[in-house]
Amino acid sequence: MTVLLEARNVTKIFGSSGLIKKKETVALEDLSLFITQNPSSITGVAGESGSGKTTLARLLLGFIAPTRGVVLYKGRDIQKMSRDEKLEFRREVQVVFQDPYEVYNPFYKVDHALITPLRKFHLAKSKTEAFNLIEGALEAIGLHPSETIGRYPHQLSGGQCQRIMVARALLLKPRVIIADEPVSMVDASLRATILKSLRKINKDFGISILYISHDLTTTYQISDNIIVLYQGFVVEAGDVELVIKNPQHPYTKLLVSSIPLPDPDKKWEQERTLVVDQSSIKENHGCKFEDRCPYAMSMCRKNLPPLYQTDRYRAVRCFLYKDSPAIPGDAIGEVFVRKE
Amino acid sequence: MKDEVLRVINLRVYYHTSLGQLKAVDGVTFSINSGERFGLVGESGSGKSTLAFALMRLIKPPGYIEGGEVLLDGLDLVKISDDEIRNVRLAKIALVPQGAMNSLNPVIRIKDQIIDGMVDHVEDIPRNTLEKRVHDLLEKVGLKHEVSHKFPHELSGGMKQRVCLAIAISLNPKVIIADEPTSALDVVVQRQVMLTLDQMQKDLGVSVLLVGHDIGLMAQFVDRVGVMYAGKLVEVDSVKEALKEPLHPYTKLLITCPPSLDEKGEFKGIPGLPPLLLNPPSGCVFHPRCPQVMSRCSAEVPILNEISPGRFVACHLYNEVEI
Repeated sequence: MTVLLEARNVTKIFGSSGLIKKKETVALEDLSLFITQNPSSITGVAGESGSGKTTLARLLLGFIAPTRGVVLYKGRDIQKMSRDEKLEFRREVQVVFQDPYEVYNPFYKVDHALITPLRKFHLAKSKTEAFNLIEGALEAIGLHPSETIGRYPHQLSGGQCQRIMVARALLLKPRVIIADEPVSMVDASLRATILKSLRKINKDFGISILYISHDLTTTYQISDNIIVLYQGFVVEAGDVELVIKNPQHPYTKLLVSSIPLPDPDKKWEQERTLVVDQSSIKENHGCKFEDRCPYAMSMCRKNLPPLYQTDRYRAVRCFLYKDSPAIPGDAIGEVFVRKE
Repeated sequence: MKDEVLRVINLRVYYHTSLGQLKAVDGVTFSINSGERFGLVGESGSGKSTLAFALMRLIKPPGYIEGGEVLLDGLDLVKISDDEIRNVRLAKIALVPQGAMNSLNPVIRIKDQIIDGMVDHVEDIPRNTLEKRVHDLLEKVGLKHEVSHKFPHELSGGMKQRVCLAIAISLNPKVIIADEPTSALDVVVQRQVMLTLDQMQKDLGVSVLLVGHDIGLMAQFVDRVGVMYAGKLVEVDSVKEALKEPLHPYTKLLITCPPSLDEKGEFKGIPGLPPLLLNPPSGCVFHPRCPQVMSRCSAEVPILNEISPGRFVACHLYNEVEI
């Protein structure tokens, strides 16, 4: 097992320097996570908007620097890399963004988006070789090159556009792909094809994937392990089967029970306090979920619960499980399932 | 309960393009009863949003309503004058568009945005009556009175979406059209907004047309559902029947494709791609993707038939029933 990409005790605080008082927003707090190779894995990150999912993606990609902690790639701090190291990092860690319609320049054919990275990283010696590589990558994710090469983005469906983005990522022979909400803009019937492509490149090419989404059903379907974030904190992490099928943290329970099931006999229950008025949130040094939690105790407000290891493959940040052994935040990898 | 509020007869919405005529909505017929929740599902590009806009007569060029009738309490919305339709919108039929929360004006306070529509439709309402009405409306969608003095950026996405619901019910319309009202929200907020809509619908007894592609959301909310494919209605059922024993092959695929929590396994998609509406396939528009295709499917266009009480399907598989 080799650790490729690692976040070590990462905290990100966004500050706005107001005229009278400084306002700080903690987007991510003391998060640790590692993505391994051999075996390659798919790790899901779930949470509502504002939970810090995209901040995590941007930190791991080196777009922003952490306030505290480090992000390492192959043991080197990505913020302090040399030019050559950075180039290698940029090639080996690829990203698929949320909106497949916005990543293309509408004036260029989609080929442009595929050839530019090849040229940039000098991966093809000639045009023919470049097109051979492109065709290979398109076929690997189940697109017919004849139906995609030479087309403009508006001539393709959203699902096709997004799969070309997966092909583009694949083209650079990466080791890690970070997929930030790759299917949220795509129709339900086309989601399956994108998820299939991601699963296939994980299996066939041994590429590890970090799958970020607010949609628990797709995260469940694709991931081996899952991290559930709430207001910048990891609230539950571990084996996806355990976390989704039998959630323990009250927030994960709320998330799972909010999924609209395609069964008219299993209706949502009417709950009045699902979401708390943003303005009423006060400074709180304890559990961030305390004000919405039906099981809140007095200690929840005062102290931040640590991660308790409740199962071999699961950790929960909640005082309800305080009888289980507490583990430090950077030991999250210990509760992940590693398939051999 | 059984009286019809909205009846749509053979509605056709076409777009003029340089490559010819695009039939975005092609001969759609259905009706919604008073106090009923009707859902429209389909893939993107199936014409469901175009249909929703056509019911409000909000289609902009190059699109136009080619023909058909939209009868709201017997009044044909397609034929009435521009001034008349302006009076009908919001007062009798209200729309909550997709991403409605981004349609709020960022520099106007919430209460003034709610009042705006009321003042435009009803003249000479005293200011304090309006303010009271705003508070009532906010209460109906589960928001506090303080919200009325706030600006949109001070509210979360779910709260803004509920403000839009409050605007939609401000004049007690007969029908509310909600076009993917929760597509930009995450699951917990989605559930909250849908439960608000649910409560509101029960309190007011208004009819709701919910447009969306999430079959799970439909199962949670609507009574009857219409499945759209390539501008046509292919099936109209009660949502229970549509999910338990779907009739049309497209419906069958549509309800099995979303990833579920039940079993982890193969991802099922619908094979093939949605048809090009400029040059739709001959016969049944679904036949190139249909797993149960027969020879007559590419030749004859199936008609939406009632094969058992309340169940309509447009598919040649069910034609023997008639004979």
